[in-house]
Amino acid sequence: LSKLRLATIWLDGCSGCHMSFLDIDDALITLLERVDLVYSPLVDTKVFPEGVDIALVEGAVSSEEDLRKIRMVREHSKILVSLGDCAVTANVPSMRNPFGVKAVCERAYCENVKLNPGIPDQAVPKLLDRVRPIHEVVPVDVFVPGCPPSASVIQYVLMELIDGRRPELSTRTRFGA
Amino acid sequence: MSPVSNIKTLKIDGKDFSARQDETILEVARQNKIFIPTLCDLRGLSTVGACRMCLVEIKGTSKLLPACVTRVEEGMEVTTTSERLDRYRKSILELLFTERNHICSVCVSNGHCELQSLTQRLQITHVHFPYRYPKAEVDGSHPRFIIDQNRCILCTRCVRVCEEIEGAHTWDVMGRGIDAKVITDLNQPWGSSETCTGCGKCVHVCPTGALFEKGRSVAEMLKRRNFLPYLTLMREERD
Repeated sequence: LSKLRLATIWLDGCSGCHMSFLDIDDALITLLERVDLVYSPLVDTKVFPEGVDIALVEGAVSSEEDLRKIRMVREHSKILVSLGDCAVTANVPSMRNPFGVKAVCERAYCENVKLNPGIPDQAVPKLLDRVRPIHEVVPVDVFVPGCPPSASVIQYVLMELIDGRRPELSTRTRFGA
Repeated sequence: MSPVSNIKTLKIDGKDFSARQDETILEVARQNKIFIPTLCDLRGLSTVGACRMCLVEIKGTSKLLPACVTRVEEGMEVTTTSERLDRYRKSILELLFTERNHICSVCVSNGHCELQSLTQRLQITHVHFPYRYPKAEVDGSHPRFIIDQNRCILCTRCVRVCEEIEGAHTWDVMGRGIDAKVITDLNQPWGSSETCTGCGKCVHVCPTGALFEKGRSVAEMLKRRNFLPYLTLMREERD
């Protein structure tokens, strides 16, 4: 039995979904008997590899960097999972949308800054006009709402996908759960 | 003189039921434990058919009709669940999410919200339509309450309870279509309203976190609605 290749990635989110993933505790060992974790903020690989079977995506699409990453994830992954409310609905990151990038950057980098105020034009990825949920940018296969989805939900999703089934989520989690 | 029967017999989802002629399909369904989703409906208030969640199919008409304002008729054949109804109801709910900014995770009503729980009940895990992200106001000028327009679904429960039960008519609806919003007095800050009695009934009938008490944090706003049928009943008896 060859192992499936699992990747996880973190876009505009708080890392809470990854923390919840780690909260599956000893089930991580069972999980790693079935999958190879080939890319993740939790491991040291720098480049998103090709031929990924399952990709968990935390966070919304907020910057040009996020856009580049999510397109690459989609291209290289068989099953793309929108993990958590930021990925599914854009959630808290989307709260900047009604104000516009200019107002938000001025607030963050000028109005509330005493030392060297100014909007950065290098090193920091350029923000998109609007923060978007993943499925507004690339096709998504599985939606896992929750802020964050509980460890047991993440474990259930992974085990179902590994066994080749579609997880049934509406009874297990919801927006804001 | 032959007595005219005021009892109607009808079929709901293939089963026979009898009902008084002044009853609606929704009332008969509820008495018989048949679930029809609703959002604007609230026992004790007038019905307006605003949210369209309770749409049902009736044999002989291609139009979908709201169960809350459609009275029973002799021989009526009602279908409450179908693929078509499910599709319409889900679309309506999803559109509600796109119209304003509903961020469940940071909402005072997280876990106690009718919009949120109905979304789960109808098995919605994401919204198919693009979000609009409108700029919506938050009015915290009232000493005890806040209205957050980001979370309003325009069910008009607040408007109805204020007029019909409290008798103040502080709330009303302004604008049309996508620009419609609930307002206090003539669109003045709630805190400067001369008609508001501060009774808080609007807060407690609101199905979402749009109306809430000051000092409540995420998931802390529990709404109490039991007072409403009781008040209505007391008034009916007095009449």
